[in-house]
Amino acid sequence: MKNTYNINDKGYYGEFGGAFIPEMLYPNVEELRQNYLKVMAESSFQEEFNQLLKDYVGRPSPLYFAKRLSEKNNTKVYLKREDLNHTGAHKVNNTIGQILMAKRLGKNRIIAETGAGQHGVATATVCALMGMECIVYMGEIDIARQAPNVARMKMLGAEVRPALSGSRTLKDATNEAIRDWIGNPVNTHYIIGSAIGPHPYPDMVTRFQSVISEEIKWQLKEKEGKENPDYVVACIGGGSNAAGTYYHFLDDENVGIIAVEAAGKGIHSGESAATSALGKEGIIHGCKTLLMQTDDGQITEPYSISAGLDYPGVGPLHSHLYKSGRGEFYSATDDEAMQAGLELTKLEGIIPAIESSHALAVFKHKTFQPDDIVVISLSGRGDKDLQNYIDYFKL
Amino acid sequence: MNRINQKLNNDKKLLSIYFTAGYPNIDDTVSIIQNLEQSGVDMIEIGLPFSDPLADGPTIQASSTAALKNGMTTEKLFDQLKDIRKSVSIPLIIMGYFNPVLQYGVEAFCKKCQEIGIDGLILPDLPADVYDEEYKAIFEKYGLINVFLITPQTSEERIRYIDSISNGFIYMVSSASTTGAQSGFGEAQTNYFDRVAKMNLTNPQIVGFGISNNDTFTQATTHTKGAIIGSAFIKYISENGINELNNFVNPILGKN
Repeated sequence: MKNTYNINDKGYYGEFGGAFIPEMLYPNVEELRQNYLKVMAESSFQEEFNQLLKDYVGRPSPLYFAKRLSEKNNTKVYLKREDLNHTGAHKVNNTIGQILMAKRLGKNRIIAETGAGQHGVATATVCALMGMECIVYMGEIDIARQAPNVARMKMLGAEVRPALSGSRTLKDATNEAIRDWIGNPVNTHYIIGSAIGPHPYPDMVTRFQSVISEEIKWQLKEKEGKENPDYVVACIGGGSNAAGTYYHFLDDENVGIIAVEAAGKGIHSGESAATSALGKEGIIHGCKTLLMQTDDGQITEPYSISAGLDYPGVGPLHSHLYKSGRGEFYSATDDEAMQAGLELTKLEGIIPAIESSHALAVFKHKTFQPDDIVVISLSGRGDKDLQNYIDYFKL
Repeated sequence: MNRINQKLNNDKKLLSIYFTAGYPNIDDTVSIIQNLEQSGVDMIEIGLPFSDPLADGPTIQASSTAALKNGMTTEKLFDQLKDIRKSVSIPLIIMGYFNPVLQYGVEAFCKKCQEIGIDGLILPDLPADVYDEEYKAIFEKYGLINVFLITPQTSEERIRYIDSISNGFIYMVSSASTTGAQSGFGEAQTNYFDRVAKMNLTNPQIVGFGISNNDTFTQATTHTKGAIIGSAFIKYISENGINELNNFVNPILGKN
């Protein structure tokens, strides 16, 4: 019964996953598929990865007992402080892993897609660290509304290329990055930022992010005398911080898995990114998963106040957790998330990223028992969202 | 025998044209097909537009976006094509991405294609192994030829595998690129055409991507059975409309 919820050897989580890619991408993806587990298992890789996570990223990230938030919600809440990582979010765990992978595969040019710019910054950061050429595709509209992150990427030496096609946001930036990879199959590695894309990406990204749940286990053991919480909670856009937060608990059914998606202005408002509620099984960016689409199979444009959750699909692992019933899925509206973010700020002195505020909004949807231990992934810090908070609360 | 196979048995070099259904205007589909047949092309690929066409460059993507905006859907396309076999006999292939087919239902889609008289499908993001395991029997049940792509990076072993599950022709992507990305072929391309030709595959090869005039058509077909033109044709009808297609086709075939 082990590994029921994990990926199988054909690259599927249950019925979700696979590699639905045009033949032009086959050699690139196949090279990665054949090598990623082997490379990750090398002791020199492990050493370099762990060293960088420790000395450069600042891991382990603290597991913080949020006393006042716990009192408010009459349960025991721990926050996994990914917001304290270098570059301000969990994204860097994956980009460190992938840049080391790229080096070992002999690549000298890195491409990435970005929505809000967090993954773009995390990619540009590791490229600067390794002295690699870096091109980040970003929707023209996102470039306009995320100016500070664009400036960061440029300062780090990356070239930011606007995606001018389609809706000019994250999904179009992803399309452009894939097209670049089609045109540069030999020297280029594509660092996908979430647990999405063709196999092996969802699994590779999940493994790099799994350091989050690995640390939760020993940190909780130190604090509570047991490795397993009653619940792990994370927000889901594509789902990389969630995948990392759940990973070591997937097959331990005593641990409840809770996902919070972005409901935007309301699930049925027409302006939402609540993929599990609104999506149907289909193919997006090379993988079979739940996605928001028309009856005719055209991919639709999502909406959330949080740019990091503004994606029309979810990673195949999460589709499987949803469909199998292993995960409990909720969705938080913009308003609920913003209020939850402000509440954490006032109670604990921590300004969360709006993405993470969605996870904190779980208390609006679920009541926990007083002796439950609830670990929430605080995936990023709110500095990047200050303007949004200012506008929303008229500060 | 399938119309595609009949055409492939011909000893001439074949010219196939791609256009996006619903572009430039929603109701142009039937006229474009009729006009292309009359202008002497050998095969037509009807593009079913998709919101996120990963393998396509800017020209075809823009035409797809416009077509969707014009209201093109799978149902609409099938409706436009329902009487097409009363007026044309040219081989017709639907080219699109897998998700719209999946949402329509793969078997329902194939059945509809057979009813209309579609001869084959090209779905670049339906991988060969998934087709082989899950869908091959359905395609064959409805008499449809499925066409796979190969590129200069495709290994000899994989080309042989793709050849073994193909029953029409192999679509040779001329270089590592999306559609419409380049003009003219270099030594690398001609070596690649030559290399694949020497493999003596069961299925003939037709070259696509990067063909836009008589020079590139001739280069592409020296070692292969034919060539496919997409982006250059879309550009042409954007500027010149959908009538008088001889003016586009004749120069490519070297006719005046």
